[in-house]
Amino acid sequence: MSETKTPEAAKDEPNIRIVEDATCTFCGCVCDDMELTVDLDANRITKAKNACVLGRAWFLQHGIEDHPQAMIDGREVPLEEAMDEAARILHEAKFPITYGLSDSPCEAQRVAVAINDLVLGNIDTTTSVCHGPSGIAFQGVGESTSTLGEVKNRADLVIYWGGNPAESHPRHFTRYTVTPKGRYIPNGKKDRYVVLIDVRKTPSAPVADQLIRVKPGRDFELLWALRALVRGRDVDPDIEKITGVSREVLDELVERMKNCNFGVLFFGMGLTMTRGRHFNSGALLALATDLNKYTHFVAKPVRGHGNVTGADNVVSWQTGYPFGVNFHRGYPRFNPGEYTTVDLLARGDADAALMIATDPASNFPKRAIEHLKKIPVISLDAKPTYTSRQARVAFMVATYGINTGGTVYRMDDVPITLRPAFDSPFPTDEEVLTGIHTRLKKLRANGRKKAA
Amino acid sequence: MAENGTELRIKGGKVYDPANGIDGEVRDVLVRDGRIVDKVSEKARTFNIPGMVVMPGGIDIHCHIAGPKVNLSRKLQPEDHRLDVHPGTDVTRSGVGGVTPSVPPLAARHVIEEFHDTPVIDKGFYVLLGNNMFLYDLLKQGRKQDFKDAIAWWVTAARAASVKLVNAGSDEFWKGRRNENVTDVNEKIDPFDLTPLHATAAFIEAVDELNMPHPAHIHCNNLGHSGNFQTTLDTMKAAEGHRAHIAHIQFHSYAGELGKRVQTGSEAIIDYINTHENITTDIGMVMFGKATAMTADAPLTWMLRFKDTKWINADTECESGCGVMPFEYQDTNYTHTMQWAIGLELFLLSQDPWRVMFSTDHPNGASFRTYPRLIRLLMDRGFRAEMMKQVNQKAISNCLLPQLDREYSLYEIAIITRAAPARALGLANKGHLGVGADADITIYTDDENRERMFNAPRYVIKAGKPIIEDHEFVDDHIGRFLHTEPEYDSAIEDQIRPFFDDYYSIRFNNYRVDASYLHDHEVIPLRNSGNGRKKKGK
Repeated sequence: MSETKTPEAAKDEPNIRIVEDATCTFCGCVCDDMELTVDLDANRITKAKNACVLGRAWFLQHGIEDHPQAMIDGREVPLEEAMDEAARILHEAKFPITYGLSDSPCEAQRVAVAINDLVLGNIDTTTSVCHGPSGIAFQGVGESTSTLGEVKNRADLVIYWGGNPAESHPRHFTRYTVTPKGRYIPNGKKDRYVVLIDVRKTPSAPVADQLIRVKPGRDFELLWALRALVRGRDVDPDIEKITGVSREVLDELVERMKNCNFGVLFFGMGLTMTRGRHFNSGALLALATDLNKYTHFVAKPVRGHGNVTGADNVVSWQTGYPFGVNFHRGYPRFNPGEYTTVDLLARGDADAALMIATDPASNFPKRAIEHLKKIPVISLDAKPTYTSRQARVAFMVATYGINTGGTVYRMDDVPITLRPAFDSPFPTDEEVLTGIHTRLKKLRANGRKKAA
Repeated sequence: MAENGTELRIKGGKVYDPANGIDGEVRDVLVRDGRIVDKVSEKARTFNIPGMVVMPGGIDIHCHIAGPKVNLSRKLQPEDHRLDVHPGTDVTRSGVGGVTPSVPPLAARHVIEEFHDTPVIDKGFYVLLGNNMFLYDLLKQGRKQDFKDAIAWWVTAARAASVKLVNAGSDEFWKGRRNENVTDVNEKIDPFDLTPLHATAAFIEAVDELNMPHPAHIHCNNLGHSGNFQTTLDTMKAAEGHRAHIAHIQFHSYAGELGKRVQTGSEAIIDYINTHENITTDIGMVMFGKATAMTADAPLTWMLRFKDTKWINADTECESGCGVMPFEYQDTNYTHTMQWAIGLELFLLSQDPWRVMFSTDHPNGASFRTYPRLIRLLMDRGFRAEMMKQVNQKAISNCLLPQLDREYSLYEIAIITRAAPARALGLANKGHLGVGADADITIYTDDENRERMFNAPRYVIKAGKPIIEDHEFVDDHIGRFLHTEPEYDSAIEDQIRPFFDDYYSIRFNNYRVDASYLHDHEVIPLRNSGNGRKKKGK
């Protein structure tokens, strides 16, 4: 329930509204302690207490744009007509794909999977270009992990690998992992030892007690050496030459890891999207698991988008696989590299695309974008994007967490409910997708599409 | 729910409805508007099913089908899914099978969301409170009334059907003492200054006194260890004077010395249950083949981890642990055979089917898809003898199973899979076919091979709506969500709120599952509020 009240100072201005315990969906931290001051006349948030620099920009720069709800080929059309056209495109396509989802609430994600089940499509999320390798590694080795509150309460050794939260997740340190005092960490940062492992000195370095610089592309070798040392095996005498980290530093880190009470390894795309990819993630997850022979040790990917973790969860519980899922045979199949969107577009496979809260036209490889230009695209986004400008059907939707409710999953799989700050004239993702789904069911009334 | 006016006449079947004392009598079952009624009009659709077996819809009292652990398990085992694929049809979505609900309250929203996507069945969950830090603080301070109020608050906030304890007290050992575990239920838990047994007894008493429809649902300490039957007996004794449900008791019925070969402890356990009316239990049977260890008992999965098997540990702040790992029960293995035999022994020695219920602790002991085979093992001693020849003989010579020749009747099967769990869960309108009951009905073709019979029901009717006809899905249905609402003094929220500010990572105001998640739901009435049905939603 949203707690709305009029503060003392604003008594004469009834159009100011305060939303307490609102949730910021900008990044995977999903901080749920925002206090938003909303000017309802101007449809603007004027103050976002507790927000970080990114969160402030997310809230304060959001306004309602003068833009059509729906367009076909750049021409404004009624919402219903656009939904009809979107359904027609997906119905007639032989190889429709869906991509994005990480900035949509779970309620919309569920409908997106249902649509793909119906049209025998291909569904993939932005996980495939960020922590997809971690998902693949997870299938191979599992994961010892914990919620962020457990880190706050217990972790006396905090290691970041291949990530720069000071810039990407500014409150990760201050709200969850380094500065907060916890149940068994009464003095906050003083009771923890913080290590940063990266190829360069980033703005996150000042937070760390120790910075370990690894040679670019040598993360796997360093992780494997640590695993060997944890297990009491010897490592290549040239390890410093290979990784840039001396044997003394490695030995000291291993002792520290084995002797802490509760250790945690956070890792970012510096690990997952560089040479080695899922081998890197797998080595790190295996290292954390190995350390459980000595002490309690957990690991956690630091996820980027506000609800990318929700997308992983929803796609998993509906299909059995976290991303890159194909329904062509009538049942879900998983094959990263084949059913992941970049690969699929670059091969020229798809003949229609449903892009939800994502802008591949601005950030995919050239070959993928070229193919995207050749096929009808349906886009749903809260702002105009390169993708929406090229789309055959473009829906402008309300912004989740600011204008709509719903559920998002924080990077540690904790589900949180959103509290909208003010109304939007635009429909929600869920409404648009449900409209398309309902139409598709009618189009399919004469029987299910035959599986390949 | 079936549309108003939908009427069915299920004609000529042999009806097994133990709650109403009906044992195979040939009679008609009449349905209108989703309920069992005593009269229908001429327009009623008639199912002529002479010779077929009619039972109330099945009720599973302990089965992990949704929530964070289950989802982690799905993600962990893609190799399972591709062997078992299910294309969609006009009425069903597509899916994959293979593996696979107790839930830490922090993830309650997750389980409810998944429930919405789980078709046909009605469902509820138990909330994990057995390692809840705030509740332990209250126990340490001796604040009994606050403890009770806080339990009721948590059940209500999470929208749970009851309370589950898993290896009570073990969280501090596991997370706070470098992966240790509780070994002695009388050992003090640092820093709470109380023992696992004290904590368990306090939960049992509080949940009973709150008049919750289902009592405290307990996964005892020391699961899986030789000699653990003593811990289980201690736990049941601590429940004296109060209702308690001991979950998957097969895993807690082992004699022998710690660290040595497991021996059967089934006689001691079942003798106690036979003579103590306050205890209900489900067996948690083992069947050979692929399973998944999936439990809030993280230290257990670490113990079971063989070589470098992939393994998940997932700690939930202030509330619970979790472990998930692929597992396979092998008929050549002594321990696995012993576990299989002990599950059967407990059933064959039970004197009260109303208190000793069917489960495999899915997917821990076996998948729910093994139920038909396990039912046949209970009903058919010839089949049992055949199977005993094919498994580890050392285990068979060490257990009681060869001496037991009891066979369960269809009437008893209807009790342990329907009537008894409905009664134990406080579901007055389920598990029977009396007038006013929910029209959840299963119809089987009678077959001497009970495995074949139970494998594929001929008809399934859910809330008065035919879902399966002639073994095929013909319709879809969204089941109801079942939960309970114990009473508490709301002043307790002022005690809980500061704890959230200090030790949780989400805000108190964002923790409670709000009504928007409930959709079509039903509140299971408390025990002191009569049999009235309190229904909300659409």
